[in-house]
Amino acid sequence: MSSGPTTTAEAYEAGAPAHQPTAYLDVRDLRVHFQTDDGLVKAVDGLSFKLERGRTLGIVGESGSGKSVTSLGILGLHRTRSNARVSGEIWLDGEELISADPEYVRKLRGRKMSMIFQDPLTAMHPYFTIGAQIVEAYRTHHNGASKRAARRHAIDMLGRVGIPQAARRVDDYPHQFSGGMRQRAMIAMALVNNPELLIADEPTTALDVTVQAQILDLIRDLQSEFGSAVIIITHDLGVVAELSDDILVMYGGRCVEYGAATEVFYRPEHPYAWGLLGSMPRIDQEVRERLIPIKGSPPSLINLPSGCAFHPRCPYVGLGGIPCKTVVPDLPTDTDHPVRCLLSIPDRRRIFSQDIAPKL
Amino acid sequence: MIAYIIRRLATGAAMLIVISMVTFGIFFIAPKATGTDPAVLFVGKIADARAIEATKIKLGLDAPLYVQYGRFIKGIVVGRDFNSGPEVTHCPAPCFGYSFKTDQEVWPLLMKRLPVTFSLAIGAAIIWLVSGVLAGMISALRKRSVVDRTVMVIALAGISLPVYFTGLLAQAVFVYKLQWLPAVSYVPFFDNPVKWATALVLPWITLAFLYAATYARLTRATVLETLGEDYVRTARAKGLRERRVISKHVMRSVLTPIVTVFGLDLGGLLGGAILTETVFTLHGLGKLAIDAIGQSDLPIILGVTMFAAFFIVFANIVVDVLYAVIDPRVRLT
Repeated sequence: MSSGPTTTAEAYEAGAPAHQPTAYLDVRDLRVHFQTDDGLVKAVDGLSFKLERGRTLGIVGESGSGKSVTSLGILGLHRTRSNARVSGEIWLDGEELISADPEYVRKLRGRKMSMIFQDPLTAMHPYFTIGAQIVEAYRTHHNGASKRAARRHAIDMLGRVGIPQAARRVDDYPHQFSGGMRQRAMIAMALVNNPELLIADEPTTALDVTVQAQILDLIRDLQSEFGSAVIIITHDLGVVAELSDDILVMYGGRCVEYGAATEVFYRPEHPYAWGLLGSMPRIDQEVRERLIPIKGSPPSLINLPSGCAFHPRCPYVGLGGIPCKTVVPDLPTDTDHPVRCLLSIPDRRRIFSQDIAPKL
Repeated sequence: MIAYIIRRLATGAAMLIVISMVTFGIFFIAPKATGTDPAVLFVGKIADARAIEATKIKLGLDAPLYVQYGRFIKGIVVGRDFNSGPEVTHCPAPCFGYSFKTDQEVWPLLMKRLPVTFSLAIGAAIIWLVSGVLAGMISALRKRSVVDRTVMVIALAGISLPVYFTGLLAQAVFVYKLQWLPAVSYVPFFDNPVKWATALVLPWITLAFLYAATYARLTRATVLETLGEDYVRTARAKGLRERRVISKHVMRSVLTPIVTVFGLDLGGLLGGAILTETVFTLHGLGKLAIDAIGQSDLPIILGVTMFAAFFIVFANIVVDVLYAVIDPRVRLT
């Protein structure tokens, strides 16, 4: 296993000097905490990953696992919230963003790094035309651009994401577009400045399956065209398996499994990842009896369960007397497929091949 | 759009007719309630029976109520004649009849009072719109700060304190104590704009204080709500300056409820601001109405009521049309 490609945690944890990025995007020990009336919400708690240009990272997890908070953190969008505390390091193309001047990060936003939001009906302003919103994204970062040139650019972009009659539809309002078209328009808006880092937050969640496939194809095509680094955030392992080079599984604001997509998807080792796989419908196999849901509900980010945060929902808790309820498992740093689990590696592989794989 | 406006104007007119019927009912109800015949009101307390009978005939009060109502509407549309024996008095359209007390025609009286009320309402509206929305914005953007709390306490005071308190207090302080402002009454704008403004500045501020409070709270709530919208996050993710996010994306959404409330408030005030006009002795429609009520001067009450109803109905139509202009999702059909 350790002889695999070094795309993951190994490189910098092992030897690279601190405070030097080792990848195009290098996130280290990212923590995003929110002070609320109920207590401190640790939405993201010590997350590290890296991503090169031209490659895709999939971040997977349930609602409330910290996926979206992570992406907003990279864009520096928590700074506008007075109750948010962000710490750690985010290196983008050799520059650290958390300690950078907010105005500097603002100028990167939408140009060097941009984001496709979930549910473009609410994510686009209902009172402005699609064209005006794309034009605004373009002109914000091209001060000299005339309105006419920006509009041409917007129409061109809409055409490239597959909006028919883009020159006419550019003056439509978001509510006049269908769901899939809105998502395309959202993508056009995110790509209008040729970003080097593209974060897609559940880009297909609101769409039906055929449109989903089209949108994923579109993101893949545009990525190969622009050579961007892409982060896909989703709760759908299928989407991630199709697009990603690496997969990061989040639970309770932390990474629980991280590795190459082929590893995590075909040989997952964390019981939570097994649960995600088991609850996913598969069309490439014979009809299985039933989907296997993960029992219980996502943990409170104010009071994480003691020990392993997943232990209340884990079917293998305490297997062979391991202290799941008291000992917090670490994410190992000496492997390129780290898993935050107290089960021994042989146990995990045995359980997966004997219990889990046959049911998938 | 045009068809919609025409249809709205038609329903508005129908509404006014219904309102006029209901209002006209006071000619029927008032005598029963007060025990005084309208003709007696017209002639005065010392009237003898003959004079009352003559007045009844002159005013047409002897006819059944629906005939009286028909004559009333006819008077508004084409004018009418009052026939008191030998002499015929012609009352030109729009005729709302004659004051019971002063025998003056009601319509010219309304027209004379209109500029006072308009000056008061529109001046105050500008002040409260600007100050209320501004205060609400600042409050929302500095949420939970000292500024926010101060603005909200002042707003609470504005909503709670009645005009006859704030108005009299303002007069006592600025006119009598500090003597910053002269105690002058209304001067028409075209006679002397400076005196016009000097006379109105206290009523404006008093009235605006009351309304600005509501607007500050409404604006604050809407801004806070809008700041949490996904499309504001998108605007920030595009790399827009915060100032632009607020001034363009947030303000655009805040505008909608403000326009709605503003149209209706202004429409309501154009029919007369009774308390403010009374406190500052401004002879506007509100003062006219309250004096007429005190004297049971039915034709004037009827006239002012119809006038006020007209402004409210009209303001509603304007607001609905504006709504479609502001929000592209609204289709007027």
